[in-house]
Amino acid sequence: MERYKRQINLPQVGIDGQQKLQKTKVLVIGAGGLGSAILPYLSASGIGTIGIIDGDRVEKSNLQRQVLFSEESIGESKVEIAASRLSALNSETNIKTYYEFLNPDNAISIIENYDVVVDATDTLSIRYLINDACILANKPFVYGSVYRFEGQVSVFNYKNGPTYRCLFKEKNTKVINCEEAGVLGTTVGIVGMLQANEVMKIILESGEVLSGKLLLYNTLNNNQNIIKFKREDSINVDKNFYNSEHLADQIIHINALEAFYSNSQLIDVREVGELPEMVSEKIIKMPLSLLDINIKKLSKDKSYAIFCQHGIRSLTATNFLKSNGFSNVKNIKDGASVIKNILENEKENSIY
Amino acid sequence: MMNTITVKYFGEIAEATNCNEEQVATASNKLSDLIEELSKKHDLKGFSMIIALNQNLIELSDDITINNNDELAILPPFAGG
Repeated sequence: MERYKRQINLPQVGIDGQQKLQKTKVLVIGAGGLGSAILPYLSASGIGTIGIIDGDRVEKSNLQRQVLFSEESIGESKVEIAASRLSALNSETNIKTYYEFLNPDNAISIIENYDVVVDATDTLSIRYLINDACILANKPFVYGSVYRFEGQVSVFNYKNGPTYRCLFKEKNTKVINCEEAGVLGTTVGIVGMLQANEVMKIILESGEVLSGKLLLYNTLNNNQNIIKFKREDSINVDKNFYNSEHLADQIIHINALEAFYSNSQLIDVREVGELPEMVSEKIIKMPLSLLDINIKKLSKDKSYAIFCQHGIRSLTATNFLKSNGFSNVKNIKDGASVIKNILENEKENSIY
Repeated sequence: MMNTITVKYFGEIAEATNCNEEQVATASNKLSDLIEELSKKHDLKGFSMIIALNQNLIELSDDITINNNDELAILPPFAGG
């Protein structure tokens, strides 16, 4: 406790607060510019467990702002270097590293293990993923991002408070990141420090957490603005939403010929009576309108390729199966008429 | 009567408007009209933006009115880190 004396002396911390820090698990997503600012302060404060996830290696152009790394780190995994630096700083902190990027498949299972999640990433789409995974896992999410000399900081999903989607409803992919826009290390450092400070407040239950408030900081003129926002009850992020929003992107589209000669079972989701009619042991008929009832007849261990007339209803069916735990489902882009031709060719060939 | 509104811009939008803040006089008392005026003046079409009126985030609709001395903030999401 000797090393934490200066902060324990604060009435807002005390022995109790120090124990809270020691018991808390914080996940920092991204070990770049923001992560370099956030991580050492979290570790030095005596936070018990810190998880770091990043699939990148250190590059020369990172060193200007990612101060956790040195010239010898170039080419090394960011999480490994970060972990060794943090362990040297505070051997009492348990560091867990994930040498991978956060993705729709690993997000919830990683986030579940932590109490507070910190977004130190640099892409917009990943923020929606972090946000939605934090809602499902019921974790507060400390957001920070930078554009040139300006920063945005907020805390989402804190005690059922508003989320990132309540602030930025539209998913816009045109926004540029640090690499393209250019940024000073000090700007990223200030924003990271504001985030780390919110993490401390959440754990210590002190002060006013930036929940329902977006802090805008301009480092060129030192102006600060706060914008208040409310929880939007119309935005309902549940498991189905998560799957269709994040896992649907990963749907594999395949053409009929490829599907026919693969080891996948073909599923025809057209309604009864639609033409062309076809019968083959390769094809199961399961109209889209009855898919939810018939789903029990399918096995999650098998692989399936879904088709309809033009690949549109089959996409709905593919999404539906994916969100129900079927991992080996592909969507057939071209439809029934192509499959009919393949079947007829097969028949002709078998005559000889 | 004209309304004078303080408008604050952030991020890429501040670069497009070439200022962080300006005073705008408008004859309309509808926020949607003012946004339309600003959008034309600074060519803001194509920006993804959110709007706060007197420090509170609002959803732009036709029935939101503005008053003299109101403060407006127009900002995009940021991506970097």
